[in-house]
Amino acid sequence: MRALLAIAAALMLWEGFVRLTGLPPYLLPGPLAVGRALWVHRAELAPAAMLTAWETLLGLGLGAALGIVTAAAMATVPRLGRALSPALVVSQAIPVFALAPILTLWLGFGMAPKVAMVVLIVFVPVAQALYDGLMAPPAAQMDVARTMGAGRWAELRHLRFPAALPRLASGLRLGAIYAPVGAVIGEWVGGARGLGALMIQANGRMKTDLMFAALIVVVALSLSIYGTVDRALARMLRKRGF
Amino acid sequence: MKTDAAPRVAGEAPGLFAPLDLTLAPGRITCLLGASGVGKSTLLRLLAGLPTGVEFRGTVSTLPCALMGQDAGLFPWLTVAQNIGLGARLRGEAADPARIARMIAAVGLEGLEDRLPAQLSGGQRQRAALARTLAEDRPLVLLDEPFSALDARLRLQIGDMAARLLQGTTVLMVTHDPAEAARLGDRILVMTPAGLAGHPAPPGPVPRRHDAPEVLAAQAALTERLLA
Repeated sequence: MRALLAIAAALMLWEGFVRLTGLPPYLLPGPLAVGRALWVHRAELAPAAMLTAWETLLGLGLGAALGIVTAAAMATVPRLGRALSPALVVSQAIPVFALAPILTLWLGFGMAPKVAMVVLIVFVPVAQALYDGLMAPPAAQMDVARTMGAGRWAELRHLRFPAALPRLASGLRLGAIYAPVGAVIGEWVGGARGLGALMIQANGRMKTDLMFAALIVVVALSLSIYGTVDRALARMLRKRGF
Repeated sequence: MKTDAAPRVAGEAPGLFAPLDLTLAPGRITCLLGASGVGKSTLLRLLAGLPTGVEFRGTVSTLPCALMGQDAGLFPWLTVAQNIGLGARLRGEAADPARIARMIAAVGLEGLEDRLPAQLSGGQRQRAALARTLAEDRPLVLLDEPFSALDARLRLQIGDMAARLLQGTTVLMVTHDPAEAARLGDRILVMTPAGLAGHPAPPGPVPRRHDAPEVLAAQAALTERLLA
């Protein structure tokens, strides 16, 4: 409720600012103009949003799966873990956005480079979070498991992995926040479809109201994906006694 | 290693404790009393075959053991019944529901079998951990300050329960509470940086009454030794 009030106040300030200054709409359209664009261009925005959502979800799923498998392999084979752990840190220093052009070059102008972009963005936080969790099992439970004669595999399956679920959830939440950004950037760089491409085109044609409308759709998409993931993770953790 | 041998740790940990010889009395509860940081838990971990993080020079001969610590160490995602059957689960053996039910009854947790640890009180959690320790049915039981996070009433109740249920088992119980050692120890050892020293236990079988004159006297004498 308080959030809605704050948003309403911000929108009123925005509209008032545009009217008072008399800024031309191609520089800064007011919220009413953006709302109108949202409705007028619904036939363009809806399929673009569907495509971006699809790329995001596909990339999120693939990136999460890849991250989980990688972290599990690193924890199972200690030598692999020691070798890959610094690589994960280094890979976080790479601005993934800078890779978008090369991904387009390699994978073409279809969905693949956008999905790859999302996978790259989601993979690292998920793998890192789960690996950290797998390597730091709770001490008291570890002692109990060892005196009970648990083997390495049983230890991983029955203690390390379930105990790492809250950390994995944090990694997945981070991934879910950044995933749509990856898809949009992929569409900026190479592509004629999707919300990112729509924004670039609108910007080029000075249709700033459409640009803002697309931006609002991106935000709504991001929030609903994050909200869904967050709720599902919270329910999963609660059911497991965390 | 002979399995009927009494569990024994003999040696030193430079910087932690001087040369000492700890031999447990078979079928009895040995209480190891001492200040924090004196190396009590290190001795217990040596007997458990767990990493200690210190250099130990000496020999350890031990038996298959079950461990219970101050942190109940319950798995939060498993129910009470599943936690009590944890050993079988970890070793890939079939669970024994009848045995688990007996353990739950022994510690008075009937009706709470399907609760998760987060839905239990502190005392109930320690009782579940006690049931899990008993369910392992090992010849050696290691208790590392198992009741020190409990209030005075629960400490008495659950301590007495543990002493009764562990009758006939070889037990090492590490504690920093002189009252607990006086009530529950068939044998009492005091650990200081200088080494181990025996202290006569009050007469009578454990658990002893907390207000018996001999128990109170032993408690006072033990406190005196810890202050020395």
